[in-house]
Amino acid sequence: MRVCLLNCFKLYVLIWLGIISLNFKLYNNNMNLDFSDDQKFLQDEAKKFFDKEGGLTNARAVMDNALEHDEELWQKIVELGWTGIRVPEAYEGLGLGHLELCVIAEELGRSLAPVPFSSSVYFFTEALIKFGSEEIKSELLPKVVSGEVVGTYGIAEDMHQATESNLNVSITAEKINGIKIAVPDAGVASQMIVVVKSNTGTDLRLVDLDDASVTVTQQKNLDTSRAFFKVEFKDTPSKLIGESGKGWTYIQHLLDQAAVLFAFEQVGGSQAALDMAKAYSMERFAFGRQIGSYQAIKHKLADMYIAVTLAKSNCYYGAWALSSESAELPLAAATARVSATKAFQLCSKENIQTHGGNGFTWEYDCHLFYKRSKVLSVLLGSEATWKEKLVTNLEKTNTLAKG
Amino acid sequence: MDFNDTPEQAKFRAKCREWLEANAELKESKSSGHSDSSLDDHLKVAKAWQQKKYEAGWAMLHWPKEYGGIEASPIERIIWGQEEAKFNVPGGIFEIGLGMCGPVMMQYASDEQKDRYLAPMAEGKEIWCQLFSEPAAGSDVAGLRSKAEKDGDDWIINGQKVWTSGAHYSDFGILVVRHDPDVAKHKGLTFFFVDMKSPGITVKPIKQITGQAGSGSGFNEVYFDDVRIPDSQRLGEIGDGWKVAITTLMNERLAVGDARGSDIEEALILSKTKDDAGEALIKNDSVRERLADWFCQANGLKYTKFRTISALSKGEAPGPEASITKIVSANKLQEIGNFGIDSGDMAGMLIDENDGVSSFQGAWLGAPGLRIAGGTDEILRNVIAERVLGLPQDPRADKGLAFKDIPTKA
Repeated sequence: MRVCLLNCFKLYVLIWLGIISLNFKLYNNNMNLDFSDDQKFLQDEAKKFFDKEGGLTNARAVMDNALEHDEELWQKIVELGWTGIRVPEAYEGLGLGHLELCVIAEELGRSLAPVPFSSSVYFFTEALIKFGSEEIKSELLPKVVSGEVVGTYGIAEDMHQATESNLNVSITAEKINGIKIAVPDAGVASQMIVVVKSNTGTDLRLVDLDDASVTVTQQKNLDTSRAFFKVEFKDTPSKLIGESGKGWTYIQHLLDQAAVLFAFEQVGGSQAALDMAKAYSMERFAFGRQIGSYQAIKHKLADMYIAVTLAKSNCYYGAWALSSESAELPLAAATARVSATKAFQLCSKENIQTHGGNGFTWEYDCHLFYKRSKVLSVLLGSEATWKEKLVTNLEKTNTLAKG
Repeated sequence: MDFNDTPEQAKFRAKCREWLEANAELKESKSSGHSDSSLDDHLKVAKAWQQKKYEAGWAMLHWPKEYGGIEASPIERIIWGQEEAKFNVPGGIFEIGLGMCGPVMMQYASDEQKDRYLAPMAEGKEIWCQLFSEPAAGSDVAGLRSKAEKDGDDWIINGQKVWTSGAHYSDFGILVVRHDPDVAKHKGLTFFFVDMKSPGITVKPIKQITGQAGSGSGFNEVYFDDVRIPDSQRLGEIGDGWKVAITTLMNERLAVGDARGSDIEEALILSKTKDDAGEALIKNDSVRERLADWFCQANGLKYTKFRTISALSKGEAPGPEASITKIVSANKLQEIGNFGIDSGDMAGMLIDENDGVSSFQGAWLGAPGLRIAGGTDEILRNVIAERVLGLPQDPRADKGLAFKDIPTKA
């Protein structure tokens, strides 16, 4: 009967819409907007892996022990081959596509895995694959796959939106000078892509973080299950990635790609926070009944479900654009990013609210989601920054949401 | 992931397309769907189009073969709908009959009745409506109180139905009424079909907040004063009315409808073209922020539906994701309508002398209805919470009570 009622409401919707000149809206194309069975299998394996490895306890352990990341978990991820998912077979990787990365990202997000995966895989590895010279690729990609090299990237220099014109880290005669901040995972990373001002505009430069000219200092941050660093360069040697002067275009593309992958992490985190709120609302009693039986809680959780569903669907669109190298990627990435940022922030804060006082304790896991959602919401640039990108792309394009 | 038809789907689409091209005009532009023609003219055109589809076998794709359908899969119905929507053809008259009334007749009516009623329904010669909601039974539709009393071989019906789409031009209707108020709410209901021309039936169009009545939305009140229905027109057993109603509703599974009206596309065109103190409206930051939000919603809904269609296309049952569609689209419609009106600033309230209500004004006027019809925002949130997330049902104050003992006022 419960299922029947759901359909019953759907039908009422249809009927009403059909009659009041708000008609059925159907679509121009049919499609397979779904992951393949192999990709779903990979996702399932990833989920089982993180559950087996302790789920949220890893993020908590990093937090409680003031670690930079979970090295043991990271090594197991390397052993599973995930650092080589996108690396071509010629460089000892698996040579798979972005969709495989998307399903892994969702599970990383669900378990709040405290590992340098996003920095090294979404950014560093992609930068090399897309823009690196043959020499750099041959040297570094096999090491990325084997775990010998962890990479990261640096864009931010102060607490403002980074733009091409406010970059201060600069390059003269192949030497970099200046300071990048909020660099993720620079403690474990040995290589870094740095966005720098050059005499032709902006360059992407590859830097060896073990070089004596580099000073890496951990910075305090809101989510201590992840670590961020100040990286100072003093006449640091570097190698050009791609062409000089094209760095800003490159980094925008890398940000768009990463935005889709981060959006999957955010959706994974949103779903986990929603699941946690749901479970608690079923077990907690107030005034003689489960708090999940109150509409105040039901409607809150329904709104969380709506946000997650919209974000997930926007992520699928992003995944399609990413994997098909579509010209729609900038719009799709911004849409997935904004939608997923909103979903994770909503779900993580309302999960605390659903837990009442317990949600505000260190003991309950609610704060892990709350903090990670905040870090993920700014790590690639704020919601406002991405909304602006979204609308800028809408201004340029005729591609619109009505199907 | 891809956006292409399978070879079979492409073949079916080509077949639809070929017939439509031979029999209808392509839409030239995205017209609003409003026409100035009278109701009678609209019905005439709609019936002629239905007849044409019937003769060519396109009228009731999903019906079983024994009743003239082709047992089309959901994805084939979607393809047909996509292609038909590109042509300038009338709609909105036969959906209830073909989607709900036909299948319930197939399941519960006698062979004689099926012979008599199904073909004219499919051909568009007779129009059917659905009489469920009542003034005191909206969200809680099983709380309906129209009475059925047995009198020999007939039942005598008294009471009132409301929000009945198309009652004013329908020939027949399906009806749920209460035959026994002494048993629990869901147990005392019985299901019938009724000739809408029966003595004692009065249909009154509802004047809505839009000021329209009858030809506008087609919503009506339907009064029953000692209306006689032969027992042979009972569908299902006495007391099985709720079960029949639910199976009726289950017959329609094509859950991909959403609100048509001003959407992000129109908001974007307005923002790009409208002057706002010397520059385009889209240069206003508060406008940009809202456009981003609406695009995320519209795009999210679009791809939610794509996911549903993908599942159907593979012959899988779609997930529950479609349950968010109406809440999101109705609220977005209301906001976008509001935005369009605001863009007129001090004079935004004015209605154009020649063009009438703008699509934004129309959206703003219609959206409150959309947030209620087919399950209110609140009921739909309950549905998501209970059916999708599995939260406990609300405690019900009417549980275990005979219908007549259920409280109705403070």
